[in-house]
Amino acid sequence: MEIILSTLINGLSLGGIYAMIALGYTMVYGIAKMLNFAHGDIIMIGGYVIFVTMATGNPLIAIAVAVVACVILGVTIEKIAYKPLRGASPLAVLITAIGVSYLLQSLAQIIFGSAPKMVTVYDFGTIKLLGATVQISALVTLAVTVVVMVVLTLFIKYTRLGRAMIAVSEDRGAAQLMGIDVNGIITITFAIGSALAALAGLFYLLKAPSVSSTLGAMPGIKAFTAAVIGGIGSIPGAMLGGILLGMVESISYKITAIAPYTDAIEFSILIVILLVRPNGFLGKKRREKV
Amino acid sequence: MSEYILETKDLGISFGGLKAAQNVDIKIRKRQIYGLIGPNGAGKTTIFNLLTCVYKPTTGTFYLDGQEMKGLTPDKINQRGIARTFQNIRLFNNMTVVRNVMVGLQHRPEYKCSVFESIFRLPRHFKVEKAMREKAKELLRIFDLEQERNALACNLPYGKQRKLEIARALATDPKLLLLDEPAAGMNPHETEDLARTIRKIRDEFDMTILLIEHDMSFVSGLCDEVTVLNFGTILAQGDTKTALADPEVIKAYIGG
Repeated sequence: MEIILSTLINGLSLGGIYAMIALGYTMVYGIAKMLNFAHGDIIMIGGYVIFVTMATGNPLIAIAVAVVACVILGVTIEKIAYKPLRGASPLAVLITAIGVSYLLQSLAQIIFGSAPKMVTVYDFGTIKLLGATVQISALVTLAVTVVVMVVLTLFIKYTRLGRAMIAVSEDRGAAQLMGIDVNGIITITFAIGSALAALAGLFYLLKAPSVSSTLGAMPGIKAFTAAVIGGIGSIPGAMLGGILLGMVESISYKITAIAPYTDAIEFSILIVILLVRPNGFLGKKRREKV
Repeated sequence: MSEYILETKDLGISFGGLKAAQNVDIKIRKRQIYGLIGPNGAGKTTIFNLLTCVYKPTTGTFYLDGQEMKGLTPDKINQRGIARTFQNIRLFNNMTVVRNVMVGLQHRPEYKCSVFESIFRLPRHFKVEKAMREKAKELLRIFDLEQERNALACNLPYGKQRKLEIARALATDPKLLLLDEPAAGMNPHETEDLARTIRKIRDEFDMTILLIEHDMSFVSGLCDEVTVLNFGTILAQGDTKTALADPEVIKAYIGG
């Protein structure tokens, strides 16, 4: 019973992290129509910024600086690397994103070396829940993710900026001819995605207190998988996919016989879901009108 | 205030070696309904794309109400007063009808509302949203779309989608409205209805309208003046009846 409960909560919090990253992927994909494969590495940079700023000893300052730094980084990357390719083939943008990803990883290695750095942000301690020992940080992660998703959904649904974002996602050209500053909207999207990545970096450090240049690589790919499973472009889909993947991972790790194959199992789920539902769980069906 | 709402001077564009439009001089007065016609591939939509700054002209420039517009971005063009519809309908399909119109409305100065006010849902946000919704309904009423206002745009029948596109363009409060084949795919009854609506737009909004159309009876019944394009150059220009009777124009259309 205790094991089940703690596995469940671990799965939910890990899923929360994946969901947070997947939200960034899905928003950028939905609005800028590109896969930002450097998104995972923004998490890593966020981790290093927290590592550096923890020298102040104040986790709140560290988090705030990390969020701001990641937003600036994300927006700068978009301006320098992706904006000149607006209208280029999606493949060119994809390759550029992979290039940016390696650039960030190499920069981190040059600056901080290849050995992982230990960083303890804050120890929330543990709590006894129905007999099971649960990390409070896991509960915090979960709560923050849910709040972020709700706020984001409301923001998109009920603000003018959100309405403009949907318009750009539906038809960029038509939106621009209705007076919407498309580049501005894409910048804002990258800013939001990068802020979420910084938060994801924080939650990663709460879970496992070490940061290395490849910190963002695997979570990035897992979150991308989550976004696709949920239906890329869909905000609740990213949440659903993230939680699902987190759960599977957490449960799989607890079963000794299949634990080594955890990653394979997760990616197999992606393949199966793509076969059954090519647009993911909550993805929009593309209807072709004849 | 200029005598002409739209004036193009030597407007032209080449794609590689292909001159898609050249030496295009068009002058449109306020409250005119002006036709841009010509055979397929004559460069009509290219002119629309030049006028909305989707393309950058290779030569020449154009003025809206006396102000040079060349070099702006399409969103700025729209805010300065040129709105358009598309040959192949490009609505925001998964938005409701009323929200499509509201996207058009939200850049008008009278509906400005800061991000701060919008995110923190201050009273002004609600006031502006309500005013926009009312204005959108009013526009939809003109196009007989008020009943369908909460339907998704993609679920509207074809003719109504065309009307919604015009309503959305009008929502941006243009000085010049560009309609790209508004009557395409409509039956004679719908076409007649559309001509009435276009006249109504001119009268109620003091609107100047430039339209591309293939239906000659529609054009001759509606347009005050036309420009006939062929292979990117002007073949004939002026009073609709005279221009359409020009032997060169007839030759271009029928071939020979």
